[in-house]
Amino acid sequence: MATAALLEVDHLRVEFPTRRGTLLALDDVSFSIDPGEVLGVVGESGAGKSLTGAAIIGLLEPPGRIAGGQIRLEGQRIDNLPYEKMRAIRGRKIGAIFQDPLTSLNPLYTIGRQLTETIQTHLPVSSEEARRRAIRLLQETGIPAAEQRIDQYPHQFSGGMRQRVVIALALAAEPKLIVADEPTTALDVSIQAQIISLLKRLCKEHGAAVMLVTHDMGVIAETCDRVAVMYAGRIAEIGPVHDVINVPAHPYTVGLMGSIPAMDEERERLAQIEGAMPRLTAIPRGCAFNPRCPRAMERCRQERPELMDAGATRSACWLVQDRKVST
Amino acid sequence: MTAPLVEVHDLAKTFDVSAPWLNRVVERKPRQFVHAVDGVSFGIQRGKTLALVGESGCGKSTVARLLVGLYAPTRGEVRFAGQRTADLAGAELRALRRRMQMIFQDPYASLNPRWKVLQIVGEPLTEHGLVAGEAALRDKVSELLASVGLAAADGEKFPHQFSGGQRQRISIARALATQPEFLVCDEPTSALDVSVQAQVLNIMKDLQKSRGLTYLFISHNLAVVRHVSDEVGVMYLGRLVELADKRELFARPRHPYTRMLLDAIPDIHMTGRARTPVQGEVPNPLNPPSGCAFHPRCLHATARCTSERPVLADIRGVRVACHAVEEGRI
Amino acid sequence: MNMPSPTAAAPSALRRFFDGDVWYSFRNSPVAMLAAVIAFVCVFCAAFAPWVSPHNPFDLASLNLADARLPPAWAEDGQMRYLLGTDDQGRDILSALFYGARISLAVGMASVLLSVVAGVGLGLLAGFAGGKVDAFIMRVCDVMLSFPSILIALLIDGVGRALFPNAHDTLAFGVLIFAIALSGWVQYARTVRGSTMVERNKEYVQAARVIGVAPWRIMFRHVLPNVMGPVLVLATIQVAAAILTEATLSFLGVGVPPTSPSLGTLIRIGNDFLFSGEWWITIFPGVMLVLIALSVNLLGDWLRDALNPRLR
Repeated sequence: MATAALLEVDHLRVEFPTRRGTLLALDDVSFSIDPGEVLGVVGESGAGKSLTGAAIIGLLEPPGRIAGGQIRLEGQRIDNLPYEKMRAIRGRKIGAIFQDPLTSLNPLYTIGRQLTETIQTHLPVSSEEARRRAIRLLQETGIPAAEQRIDQYPHQFSGGMRQRVVIALALAAEPKLIVADEPTTALDVSIQAQIISLLKRLCKEHGAAVMLVTHDMGVIAETCDRVAVMYAGRIAEIGPVHDVINVPAHPYTVGLMGSIPAMDEERERLAQIEGAMPRLTAIPRGCAFNPRCPRAMERCRQERPELMDAGATRSACWLVQDRKVST
Repeated sequence: MTAPLVEVHDLAKTFDVSAPWLNRVVERKPRQFVHAVDGVSFGIQRGKTLALVGESGCGKSTVARLLVGLYAPTRGEVRFAGQRTADLAGAELRALRRRMQMIFQDPYASLNPRWKVLQIVGEPLTEHGLVAGEAALRDKVSELLASVGLAAADGEKFPHQFSGGQRQRISIARALATQPEFLVCDEPTSALDVSVQAQVLNIMKDLQKSRGLTYLFISHNLAVVRHVSDEVGVMYLGRLVELADKRELFARPRHPYTRMLLDAIPDIHMTGRARTPVQGEVPNPLNPPSGCAFHPRCLHATARCTSERPVLADIRGVRVACHAVEEGRI
Repeated sequence: MNMPSPTAAAPSALRRFFDGDVWYSFRNSPVAMLAAVIAFVCVFCAAFAPWVSPHNPFDLASLNLADARLPPAWAEDGQMRYLLGTDDQGRDILSALFYGARISLAVGMASVLLSVVAGVGLGLLAGFAGGKVDAFIMRVCDVMLSFPSILIALLIDGVGRALFPNAHDTLAFGVLIFAIALSGWVQYARTVRGSTMVERNKEYVQAARVIGVAPWRIMFRHVLPNVMGPVLVLATIQVAAAILTEATLSFLGVGVPPTSPSLGTLIRIGNDFLFSGEWWITIFPGVMLVLIALSVNLLGDWLRDALNPRLR
């Protein structure tokens, strides 16, 4: 690879010390994001995808803490930085978009003020220039009459418009990486489509890479270049999005794709995965998926598999090694 | 053709969202109303599933609540097995309540956090006097829990000890307690993970087959609707814009809004469908557009659309409310 | 079905309490434990005053005027028999403290109980019924809040005395408890009304309505258990406030009848002797009052934090 990776996550471990013992929420998670790439992180509730995003931005809620591994942005470690240094990076090099546009914006300030404040905090520009950039950003995100609306308050915007403002805010300081945590889940389906395409287009134009965390496979299919499927705090499979969706190697991914009702075919029953994702207090030994896996072997119950090459994707599954993979 | 089990004629519900009297007098604000449901008519055959889809503010949840009697309609009527529900009172109303039940969207708020599962699932039984004694109650509740795939011992636990999918199953068990014929399901799987959703949808389909249930299924997720429904109704700002057999609706959507909705669904398998661009957002229900509510966002709008409200009419085998379709333009 | 051991018997309520977060928070809060100990000791001594006190200060036959105005045992002239000294009638201060605390606590708890019942009931009704009922009850609350609580208590007390000039002591107690309760019910009503309005829109209430449960049953069996949390915290802190209100009223002379002096009465009586140097007659009842009020307040504070799920 000629270009160095923008973000490298190396054997990341996140723990939550509780009075009942220490819970391991993320267990040896490793992946990388290249500049300008869109990586999707998909999983069900409790899989740890939001935690991964939070750890990268440096917004892990105590008592959660990073207990091992490294996070490197442009070659520099960012997981062990003091608060002030992390604050400088957050916003300048990493932008964030969260799920609820209502709480992402401060209701007491105009959006113009919030935008210019972000711009001026991270970039050495005058206030006139900051305002001009803010108006331009709003126009790029498709907000009509940006010069007037820039002085309005968040409550004067609808949900979809607010999310556009949040995207503008995230891009304001020209970050290299945007971490988006369920950016379209709270929006109507027709607005979702608009916001997804907006995000994709803008990030390409501004040259920002995106880490898109969501549970919605459809959104992943439309936006991402690569996708990582998470299960019980670990990555189960990672690879180019078309391959993970169409020729999944990991039985969990197979089950997940099977349980999504599809628009193009009709089935009597949806394929379902028996049981539920294990709680953090009761993660099985060996492969975390083994109690629910239709193809579990003895080895799966004893040894935890690492991510291994399975053709187009990399899958954490012993079936790969024994070359028993078939769709 | 037998008469439908559930029939709805010109159903409407208007909410008064005016500011309090004192504020209105002092600030000279006008009274404000939201026409959450504005003249909806449909019928559901016994044993079938009608799905109502639409985005937020379209009124589908209000229709659900009107059907089970949580709201009183401002206009129009609801008929169950031929009888007007508004005419019923007292013992007859109680009998009706046994025959129709509801499943809610939020698995965390739909169960009383301070009650045990046994009490929650048993409440309809004790309320209607369907069981005699503690032992009979326990037996019946165990049976209900087993029918949704839960253990009898789960009756002694509290809701917070269960996952979202399990709670939704408890809700289903509670709804089935009085052996109803009709279930209104308000986005029952929207708050669940995809694999859990698959489990719950499968249970619901199995129960429908084994007990001959009739469903009204509310959802915003067209893929789920496609899986569970027989007929689909599309709602926009309180009105039904299209009502058709499922296969017909998905294969040949007529109304521009239906087409927009179908186009907005992300394409998992990237079949390279051509997509028409999506315009605008759902307007403010306090100030709905004149004539056809969809005209500001419609590519085919004409002057007639801004002034005349289209009626849901049978056009070539499908019921659509659209001037352009009626005129044969699209 | 991924729940741990579905065949194991569900734990009893007591077991669940001791496994829970509230007990854990208590064990880890030295302030709460200390406050609980102090409050428990005070309540115990007050409740069992006749058995715990070394003397009965209100048995006129046992009083000895020769023992009047004795200072506390550690001062010069003090006697071990009267640990905290005696007042001008020869009554043992320590025993008077216990008997006085008994009255104070009884009045305080009774008035809080009355406040809670009235306030929660009206709050539930206002929140559940909405509309004109809600508006009416809330306006009544607003009116009551514009009067200082002491003034309300004085008013009721005055009216009571005017209506029943030859009242028995029990009637006087009743009027006093009613007066204090009247000045305190509003905050329960408001809190419960807010919580009720939130719970009323939750889907488990709607589910009960769809089942056909009558509204009053929904109110008491579904909504009430879910709104009692903040009420518990308020009531604990209010016990201290009620005791202080009663003390103030008794100090002013319009509280408990003089034949059953509470801590407030004792403070008032002792006040007269403060400048003649017999400080112990007023100071010790004051300290006891502060101890009770403080420990109960601290317990209430801890309870509020322990019950707040966001802080856990």
